[in-house]
Amino acid sequence: MFTSLKGNQAKTVTVIFEGRELSVRKGLTIAAALLEAGITHFRNAPVSGAARAPFCMMGACFDCLLIVDGLPNQQSCLIEIREGMRLERQSGSADLIIATGKEPL
Amino acid sequence: MAKYDVIVVGGGVIGVSVAYGLARSGQKTAVLDEGDVAFRAARGNFGLIWVQGKGVNCPEYARWTRRSADSWKHFTQELEKLSGINIGYCRPGGMNLCLSHEEMETRTGLIARLIDESDGEFKGSMLSREAIMERLPGIGPSVLGASFSPMDGHVNPLLLLRALYSAFKQKGGDLRTETVTDISWRKSVFKVTTTKGEVSANKIVLAAGLGNRKFAPKVGLNVPVHPERGQILVTERLQPFLKYPTSLVRQTKEGGVLLGDSHEDVGFNDGTSPRVMASIAQRARSIFPHLEKARIVRAWGALRILAPDGLPIYDQSISCPGAFTASSHSGVTLAATHALDFPKYVIEGALPTQLNAMSEKRFHVH
Repeated sequence: MFTSLKGNQAKTVTVIFEGRELSVRKGLTIAAALLEAGITHFRNAPVSGAARAPFCMMGACFDCLLIVDGLPNQQSCLIEIREGMRLERQSGSADLIIATGKEPL
Repeated sequence: MAKYDVIVVGGGVIGVSVAYGLARSGQKTAVLDEGDVAFRAARGNFGLIWVQGKGVNCPEYARWTRRSADSWKHFTQELEKLSGINIGYCRPGGMNLCLSHEEMETRTGLIARLIDESDGEFKGSMLSREAIMERLPGIGPSVLGASFSPMDGHVNPLLLLRALYSAFKQKGGDLRTETVTDISWRKSVFKVTTTKGEVSANKIVLAAGLGNRKFAPKVGLNVPVHPERGQILVTERLQPFLKYPTSLVRQTKEGGVLLGDSHEDVGFNDGTSPRVMASIAQRARSIFPHLEKARIVRAWGALRILAPDGLPIYDQSISCPGAFTASSHSGVTLAATHALDFPKYVIEGALPTQLNAMSEKRFHVH
């Protein structure tokens, strides 16, 4: 779906997405790194439940929301990817554990 | 010059509630609204329909509040049918959370007094920390207990205002955005001068919030209200976790969590301040520790409209009969009775004795 520009051979970092290890290029935003890894399902809309993916890549559309290291509603297109990050899909509105009693990752 | 049966000065929740009730009874009614420059409490409030704690020492006010709260279900159905707007009303009962032993003692006494003074018509009780934990999972260790009343509820105050405007217009009401500069009374007709001209009416209702203070003397009334600022923070939308509104924290139907209940004397300043916002956020976090992960997306200030004793002011002028005033901090709670009961008194031309305790005459120096 996405290809990188020629000659852009950055170092890689390892992150965990939905419990799975991914090796992605350093220096990208979380959203760009996941898209490059072929991931297109980031969250589910609170009202319709539809699967959503990043749209604007510049902080305006909020379609790239993920749970990042346990914090819900993070705009993944605005955060640089870091070694060891734990990333999860967000289903609907943010759940502060209180609703379901479940701890995030 | 346009002529009406009744002119309502003020397009906030009190003014439009009364105006809707007048229009619904066939009165040719105009609302004169100052517009967005007004200190509009109706656009800044928390949205509680609150019974517990109100009217200690004034059983008439407690009864008036219960009457409105009990009319809300019917009132909502009527408004939603007319406007097509779901205003998010629900009445699961409400909690006043107590964070200290002193507060527990005070609330215990207050609930007992309200039950006693109302001959048992007020329903309320104290809840232990354990009882709250069953109803509100996730409360923090700072919550020692709460007073609970099944008579309390909440609503989306912005959608309420919008639904009232819609219903008022559908009943033939005339909403005019113009600032009132003067009011006079001659030969039983009220003439109101505004920035856009003149309008007249046989009766007038002053529902201009803090503006009532300056308008009241023009028709022989005295409405000594003053501003008290409250600040509110709201979080991003979260999955539902708070089944009951509380006096400090409530979750809306849409999922946002409102944090509030600050009290400041800063005159006519409806802004926000970091110090107060921080203390509101800290208190909310001590009540629901999980809220520390929620993001605050908006904050605002608004001015409460308070009489010296905190009670509403309802009266009719003696020197200019036909001039009424309705001033209250509790425009949302009282919206149902302001729409369904108060207009009848305006049309009949006399306030009932049950409102005597809330007359402006209580401020007269003897």
